[in-house]
Amino acid sequence: MAERKTTEDLLLSRGASRARRFGSLAGEGTLLLITSLSVFAVLFIFYFIAKDALPFFQLQGFREFFTSTRWYPSGDPASFGTAAIFVGTGLVTLGAVLVAVPLGITAAICMSDILRFEVRQMVKPVIEVLAAIPSVAYGFFALVIFAPLLQERGGNLLSTALWVTGIPVAALGTWIIGSLISIRVPERHRRWTKIGSWVVLGLVSLAILSMIGGWLSGLVIESGTNALNVSIILGIMAVPTVVSVSEDALQAVGRDLREGSYALGSTRAETLLKVVMPAAASGIVAAVILGVMRAVGETMVVWMASGNAAQIPEPFFNFLEPVRTLTATIAGDMGEADHVTGSARYSVLFAMALSLLAISFISNLVSERFSARIRRQRG
Amino acid sequence: MKSSSTMYLVALALTIGLASSMSPARISAQMQENRIVIDGSTTVGPIAKAFAEYYMRQNPGVNITVSESGSGNGAKSLMNSACDIAAMSRFMKETEFAAATEAGLMPVAHVVALDGLAIVLHPSNPVRGLTIDQVKRIYKGEITSWSEVGGPDRSITIVSRDTNSGTYETFQGLVMNKEEITQSAEYVGSNGAIRQRIQSTQNAIGYVGLGFVDRTVKPIPVNGVEANSETIISGAYPIARPLYLFTNGYPKLGSHLHRFITLYLTERGQEIVASIGFVPVTAYR
Repeated sequence: MAERKTTEDLLLSRGASRARRFGSLAGEGTLLLITSLSVFAVLFIFYFIAKDALPFFQLQGFREFFTSTRWYPSGDPASFGTAAIFVGTGLVTLGAVLVAVPLGITAAICMSDILRFEVRQMVKPVIEVLAAIPSVAYGFFALVIFAPLLQERGGNLLSTALWVTGIPVAALGTWIIGSLISIRVPERHRRWTKIGSWVVLGLVSLAILSMIGGWLSGLVIESGTNALNVSIILGIMAVPTVVSVSEDALQAVGRDLREGSYALGSTRAETLLKVVMPAAASGIVAAVILGVMRAVGETMVVWMASGNAAQIPEPFFNFLEPVRTLTATIAGDMGEADHVTGSARYSVLFAMALSLLAISFISNLVSERFSARIRRQRG
Repeated sequence: MKSSSTMYLVALALTIGLASSMSPARISAQMQENRIVIDGSTTVGPIAKAFAEYYMRQNPGVNITVSESGSGNGAKSLMNSACDIAAMSRFMKETEFAAATEAGLMPVAHVVALDGLAIVLHPSNPVRGLTIDQVKRIYKGEITSWSEVGGPDRSITIVSRDTNSGTYETFQGLVMNKEEITQSAEYVGSNGAIRQRIQSTQNAIGYVGLGFVDRTVKPIPVNGVEANSETIISGAYPIARPLYLFTNGYPKLGSHLHRFITLYLTERGQEIVASIGFVPVTAYR
């Protein structure tokens, strides 16, 4: 009954004065206008970028833009092939995802299900600080500290990274596979089979690790400003996004589901891997896509530390070569591009911006889809 | 009482109006003289800005604006009388000159400074010097190992300024002869960033404005000539060019424009040029 009363107070009755009606209308109108401002801003950005991008395609057509790898905007005659730049963007983004996703999702699981509440309250703000560091500071670090480090100790650094990540993974894998094998043999041989398979698997994985590690430590990195450098830095920059969105998704999986799983006799690992993670899967996918967007759109770090060489690395997944990305090209070439004469050199940058906008628009739609699915589950 | 104060206001307004209408031309001319608009090259921009800052401090009341929209745009602005001085890192093209004279203008060039590019290597690199042709072939990607030019057997990391900069244009014009730099070259956004990349990368080669050479990098002689202000002024060093300010006709002697455009001839002006990394036109010391 009380609830009904408040609604009635908010809506105006038939007897309300004209002035009050008008006031309410004006208030609603203003709020609507303010809300639609941001929507209009997006539309305007789309419109103006498309407007400036169109002359390029009219002048040069689509073929060179998407298929050629020759990027000589100031050449005579100029060539505007952006294939290598698209590959560079893709490579850097892939690298960033490979860094950010395992790190971010592990951190999210740890925070939502494993850490004690007080510890979590301390860890979360620290991870969020990563998002607050200005990107130019990351770029400076990448250029001045990380790039020389990669050049001087790149091989050792990479093999150390391999050992640090490889040993836990190998140990876990050995333990799980060993246990799985031993379940299949008769009861009385079980113990010895388990130990035997652990020893064999452990030695094999150690051998593989030391082989790759040896190859890595012999590696000489010619230039520290390359796709690897930027991928790692962008990955770290994307971690907070991935963590906070996937942690929300994991939290959204209710306590009831976890307790139900425990009640059926599952361990914490089983509950996490087989119940919580699948239930939160769509939220985690949304987190990954947002992380990808963070990496695709980042400009300052790539402009400072990716080397900006408009080439497709040889072979194409070679992270140790310098690459050029869309965002860095737009930022770097905007200054000299002559907008007065409406040259191709100017509008090609808008064509790139339009492609970026299209990529982010599609990714956002996809991530929105996945988020909507969680909301439906929760609701 | 009220009507008398209205009368008073009207009288005041009339007086002001009359006084100001007496010599509108003279007032606006004076305003014009106290205002100097500079447009053009991003390379010459820093010189124009430093000069403007110094000149405005010496002559309060003079207002100088400097915009950097590229040499070509500077020439266009001068032709449209949108600026008083066009800053250019190259001489006016024939077509630009013709268009200017057709518009009734007579562009006059003032060489305010020289711009030299040093080829720099990592200090540990044993290479003693390169010819301009070797530098060109390195940047074209034809020479890929230091062993081909008398160094160790290590591949060369090529660093260039971004295509946006005047420094790149100078290099492109004086070294590459407009031929294309190899696709594997790295591009960085500033002279300082090139120096940073060279001092931390053993196999790197780069080029920077003379003012950016310091002990952390090793400038090498080109064609056997070291880059310094003497060799640049004498024309012995091959990678150097003059930087221009263009005015319409020679400015009226004694005007602010004249005093500003001749600032580079004074000792202080030459010091300013040297302090921002360019070479003064004469060896003033």
